[in-house]
Amino acid sequence: MWSYEKRLQFPVSIKEPNAKLAQVIMSQFGGPDGELAASQRYLSQRYSSPYREVSAILTDIGTEELAHMEMISAMVHQLTKNLSMEEIEESGFDKYYVDHTIGLWPQAAGGVPFNACVFQSKGDIITDLFEDMAAEQKARTTYDNILRLVHDNDICEPIRFLREREIVHFQRFGEALRIVQDKLDSQNFYAFNPGFDQCN
Amino acid sequence: MSNMMNSEKEMLFHDIGIIDFVIVEMNLYLDTHPTDCEAMEYLKHYVRLKNQAMKEYAMKYGPLRIQDADAGNHKEWLWAMQPWPWEGEC
Repeated sequence: MWSYEKRLQFPVSIKEPNAKLAQVIMSQFGGPDGELAASQRYLSQRYSSPYREVSAILTDIGTEELAHMEMISAMVHQLTKNLSMEEIEESGFDKYYVDHTIGLWPQAAGGVPFNACVFQSKGDIITDLFEDMAAEQKARTTYDNILRLVHDNDICEPIRFLREREIVHFQRFGEALRIVQDKLDSQNFYAFNPGFDQCN
Repeated sequence: MSNMMNSEKEMLFHDIGIIDFVIVEMNLYLDTHPTDCEAMEYLKHYVRLKNQAMKEYAMKYGPLRIQDADAGNHKEWLWAMQPWPWEGEC
């Protein structure tokens, strides 16, 4: 069950449309390390966590990722609003425009459509948490790359906020991994899947 | 007058964003530190502040979540009529 709040987690108010940057930022919607993948990764993985605290962090970070997806979508929407046909042609946005006009559709910056294969749900909480920590770092790197391309403060501020959240999530997943490992056989953490194998 | 009203609305909306950020942060922290009672009290305080601010906002300008739709005496369904978050105005 979810409920919606009619506000963004961090304000997005972009005055200058920019089709080139829209194509880049769109990657954090439907790209390999984007917010759609993040939300579906954690919200799918949580069922096979044998520990309630770890299910909690997957649920709550997964939910926050939905709010981040909404922020990125709002940015792409505002960056593509009121574009002239000349701007659409010159920026290379024409290839997206022909299929979607200026509607939101999840794809990577290079035009590759969103694909569930960009994330895993392995049914093994140790495996999943290692993936999650890597995913937070990959998203953080993507935001670093975006920040090198962006000079408009209206765009930088929400991107910096999202970048910082990746770092906090990395920390919390690290703590979750520690909780899981504390409950395993300290002689051999990795020979056992606590969500599948039976404890003796 | 309408400018003053607008800035009061914006300030309350801004405060809700700040209060909720504290709640999100404390929520994630408590998930991995579930026995930290001091953190739990801190979270509770901000949950109360948020409920108050959300009710006040709903009463004056329309609800930001359906659970506050009982506040105020509006003559139209402001949930649908007020701007959507991606419009960039607030």
